[in-house]
Amino acid sequence: MVLVLAIGDLHIPHRAADLPPKFKSMLVPGKIQHIICTGNLCIKEVHDYLKSLCPDLHVTRGEYDEDSRYPENKTLTIGQFKLGICHGHQVIPWGDLDSLAMLQRQLDVDILITGHTHQFKAYKHEGGVVINPGSATGAYSSFTYDVNPSFVLMDIDGLRVVLYVYELIDGEVKVDKIDFKKTATTHATH
Amino acid sequence: MMLNGAEDEEKWLAEGIAGIQHNAFYMHQALDSNNLREALKYSALMLSELRTSKLSPHKYYELYMRAFDELRKLEMFFKDESKHGVSVVDLYELVQHAGNILPRLYLLCTVGSVYIKSKEAPAKEVLKDLVEMCRGVQHPIRGLFLRSYLAQISRDKLPDIGSEFEGDAETVMDAVEFVLQNFTEMNKLWVRLQHQGPGTVREKREKERNELRDLVGKNLHVLSQIEGVDLEMYKETVLPRIVEQVVNCKDDLAQYYLMDCIIQVFPDEYHLQTLETLLGACPQLQPTVDIKTVLSRLMDRLSNYAASSPDVLPEFLQVEAFAKLSKAIGKVIEAQIDMPAVGAITLYVSLLTFTLRVHPDRLDYVDQVLGACDKKLSTIPKLGDSRATKQVVALLSAPLEKYNDIVTALRLSNYPRVMDHLDNGTNKVMAMVIIQSIMKNSSCISTPDKVEVLFELLKGLIKDMDGADVDELDEEDFKEEQNSVARLIHMLYNDEPEEMLKIICTVRKHTMAGGPKRLPYTVPSLVFSALRLVRRLQGQEGDIVGEEVPATPKKIFQLLTQIIESLSIVPAPELALRLYLQCAEAANDCDLEHVAYDFFTQAFVLYEEEIADSKSQVTAIHLIIGTLQRMSVFGVENRDTLTHKATGYSARLLKKPDQCRAVYACSHLFWVDDQDGLKDGERVLLCLKRALRIANAAQQMANVARGSSGPVTLFVEILNKYLYFFEKGNPQITSAAIQDLIELIKTEMQSDSATPDTASDAFLASMLRYIQFQKQKGGVMGEKFESIKL
Repeated sequence: MVLVLAIGDLHIPHRAADLPPKFKSMLVPGKIQHIICTGNLCIKEVHDYLKSLCPDLHVTRGEYDEDSRYPENKTLTIGQFKLGICHGHQVIPWGDLDSLAMLQRQLDVDILITGHTHQFKAYKHEGGVVINPGSATGAYSSFTYDVNPSFVLMDIDGLRVVLYVYELIDGEVKVDKIDFKKTATTHATH
Repeated sequence: MMLNGAEDEEKWLAEGIAGIQHNAFYMHQALDSNNLREALKYSALMLSELRTSKLSPHKYYELYMRAFDELRKLEMFFKDESKHGVSVVDLYELVQHAGNILPRLYLLCTVGSVYIKSKEAPAKEVLKDLVEMCRGVQHPIRGLFLRSYLAQISRDKLPDIGSEFEGDAETVMDAVEFVLQNFTEMNKLWVRLQHQGPGTVREKREKERNELRDLVGKNLHVLSQIEGVDLEMYKETVLPRIVEQVVNCKDDLAQYYLMDCIIQVFPDEYHLQTLETLLGACPQLQPTVDIKTVLSRLMDRLSNYAASSPDVLPEFLQVEAFAKLSKAIGKVIEAQIDMPAVGAITLYVSLLTFTLRVHPDRLDYVDQVLGACDKKLSTIPKLGDSRATKQVVALLSAPLEKYNDIVTALRLSNYPRVMDHLDNGTNKVMAMVIIQSIMKNSSCISTPDKVEVLFELLKGLIKDMDGADVDELDEEDFKEEQNSVARLIHMLYNDEPEEMLKIICTVRKHTMAGGPKRLPYTVPSLVFSALRLVRRLQGQEGDIVGEEVPATPKKIFQLLTQIIESLSIVPAPELALRLYLQCAEAANDCDLEHVAYDFFTQAFVLYEEEIADSKSQVTAIHLIIGTLQRMSVFGVENRDTLTHKATGYSARLLKKPDQCRAVYACSHLFWVDDQDGLKDGERVLLCLKRALRIANAAQQMANVARGSSGPVTLFVEILNKYLYFFEKGNPQITSAAIQDLIELIKTEMQSDSATPDTASDAFLASMLRYIQFQKQKGGVMGEKFESIKL
C-alpha cells in the first residue's frame, strides 16, 4: 500500500494567503510516500512546505510558478501504475476531457493528473483515469465561481487504486472515496 | 603586605578559632562543675575573640558561628537555676559586670533570652533594654553580628498576638517596635561598613558588604512573619518606618536591596494597598539605584497576583493601581535623567504586561503606556542599543500576543509612533511579526481605515525607507517579506462591495509606492482581490437609474488596467500578460466586450513587444489561445481580428515543433462545443493541414540538419486532433483523411531515416487501440469509427 498525495493550484500568495488550517492539520509528515503536484504553487516557501510533508515530490510547471525548472510534464511509475502529471494550461481546450485523454494516450499512462481549472474531477475511461485534484486553497478561477479547496489522496495497492477526495465545504472537510481497478487488458502491448 | 592579605586573614581566623576553642574548653569544664563564676569568666574570654577588626565579613561570620554554638550551651546552663543557684533577675545583673562591652552584650542577650522565657519580666521590657544596650557597639561588623545575634535569640520570643509572651496592651506594637529598631540600627551599621578600610579596595568592600545584606533583610522577614502585623499596622507603621530608613540611608546598595526585599517578603495585597508609599519612595532613592528592576519586580508580582484569581481584580481598580504605577514610572524616568533607554523601556514593558493582565479591557491604558514610551523615545536621538530595540519589540509584541487580534492593536494610536522609533531592520522584523500574527489568527481586516493604519505600520515592507541601505538587502529575506505582504492582501476583506473597493484602492495606493522590486509580488494579489470583487458585482451593472454606483465592474476593470500597467516599470511582461488574460476572462463573464477586447489588446502588445524569449513565447501563446477559446463575448469582427493574430503568432514561433503544436491548438478557436455560431469546420481543417505542413517541414529540416528525420510524434499528435474533430462531427474531417494520416505515420516510422522512438510507437499504438475501442463500442460513434479502415 502506497499513499500518494495529489495536490495543485495553491496559487500562494497570488490568490490565497495559505492552505486552509483544517488541511494543514491533516497533512502531516511521515504518512505520505509520494507527492504529485500539478503546479502553480507558486513560490519556494510552498515548495519547501510540501517537501517537508514528503521528500519525494514531483512538480510540473504551472504558468504562475516562480521556479522555471519544473518540467511541462512528467511520468513516473508507482507499483503497477504509470502516472502522468501535467499542469494543463498547455492542453486546449482547458479542462476538456477528450483532450486530456489524448494527453494521457500520448504519455501512455494509467493515471493522468492535471490541474488548472480548480475543479475536482476524476474520470474513468477506457484508457484509465484522469484526475484533477482541484485547488488546495480554493483559489480564484475563471472556470467556476465557487471553488472549494480540495486535494486527493491516492491509495495504490496492487492493481487497485482508491482515491480519497478531501473537499472543504462550508468549513467542513468532506471525504469521498472512488475506487479504480486496472484491468490486465488495459495495456496489452506491455 | 597587600598581597598577603588573604593569607594573613587565614592566620587570624585560625588564631581566633583556637582562642574560642581554648576558652570554650574551660567554659565546658565550668559548666560541668556548675561553676557560674568560671563559666562567666571563660565565656567572656571566648567572646573577646569576636572583638577582632582584622577579619573580612566572610571570615568573621565563621568565627561568629563558632561562638554562637558555644553560647547555646551556655544558655542551657543559664536556664537551669538548680545548677548555678542564681535567679535569672540576678543573673541579668551579674553578667553586666563583664569587663568588655562586646562579651558583656553577648552574655546579656543570652541571659535576656532566658529572662524572657522565665516570664519574670515582660518580654517587651527586656527586649527594649537589649536593643538599646546594643547601641554600645558601633563598629559595623561587630555591631551587625551582635544585633544579628539579638535578632536570632529573640525571634521566638516576640510579644506577638497569640504568643505566650503576649503582654497586656499594644503588645504587638512592642514587638514591631523592637524589630524595627534593631533593623534601623543594623542598616545604619551596614551602610557605614562601606567607609571601612582604604578607598582602593572599595569594590572588594562593596562585594563583601553585599554578602551581609541578608543579616539586615532578615529583620524584614521577621516583621512579615509577625502575626499581629495586619494591613492596617503595615500601612501605618511598618512600611513608613522601613521606607524612612531606606530613603534616609542614602546608600544605593542598601536601597536597592531593601526595596526588593520589601517587595519579596510582604504579601501582594499589602503592596496593592500601599502602592502610594512604596512608589513614593522610588523617586527619593539615589540616582544610581536600579529602580527599574525594583519596579519591574513589583509589577511582575502584582501581575501574577492579578492572574491568580479574578476575585482580586476589584482591589486593583479600587486602589487605581494602574494610574499610580504609571505616574511613579513617569517620575522615576524623569528623575533619573541618566537612565539608559533600555531601562526606561523595560519599565514600560513591565507596566504594559501589568496592564494587559489586570485591565485587558482598558485599551486606553495600553495606549497610554505606548504613548509614554513614545514620549521617552522621542528624547533619544536614535535607538542604537540592541537591548533597547529588543525591549521595544517586546513592547509592541505584547498587545498582539494578548489580544491575538491585530484589529485591536490597530486601534492603539500610539502603536505606530512607537514603531517609528525602530531602525529600518527591526521595523521590518516587527512588521513581519504583525503579519504573522494576522495569519496565525486568520484575522480579517475589514475597513479601509484599518487597512490604512495597517499599511502605515508595515511601511518598512511596503516601500523603500529613507536611509535604508538597498545594497545590504538579503535577497531571500526580501522575497519572504514581499510574499508575506502578498499573502496579507487576501486578509483584507469586506462583504460590502463599496467598502471592499475602498480597501482595494487603499492597498493600491500603498503598494504602488513599492517600486519595481516590490510590484511583481504585490500586484498579482491585488489583481485577484479585485477580480473576486468583480465576480461579486457581476450582473448588478448600472441597474439603478440616476444613482451613482461607485463599485461597478467597469470601474474596477479601469482600476485593474492601471494596476497591471504599473508592472511596465519592472518590467514584468510575462506576468502582466497573464493578468490581462485573467481580466479578459472576467470581462467576458461580465459581458463587457470592449473591456475584454482591450485586455486582449494589451496582452498582444506585450507579446509582440516585450516577450522575446522563445520558451516564454510558447507558454504565452498557449495561454492566449486557451483564453481566447473560452471567450464568448466577442462579435464576429473582434473575434476574427484576435484569432487571426493568435494564429499568426503561432505560425511564427521559433521552433517548428512549437509552431506545429500552437497551430493545431488554434483549430479549437474555430470550433467551440457549446457555442453554436462557432463551428467552422473548414477553418479547423485549414489549421490542421497547416500543422501537418509544419510537421513535414520539421521532418525535412531535421533530415538535412541531423541526417535523421526525428520522431513522428508531431504527426501522431495531429492525428489525435483529427480524431477529436472527427468525433465532434466536423464534416470536413473524413475517415479517409484519418486513414491517409495513419498510413503516412506508418510509412514515416518505417523509413530508414526515422529515429526509433518507443514513446511515439506507444503513442500510436495507444491511438489505434482507442480507434478499435470506439469501433467496438457500437452505437452512432461505433458506426462512425467503423468507416476508418486500419
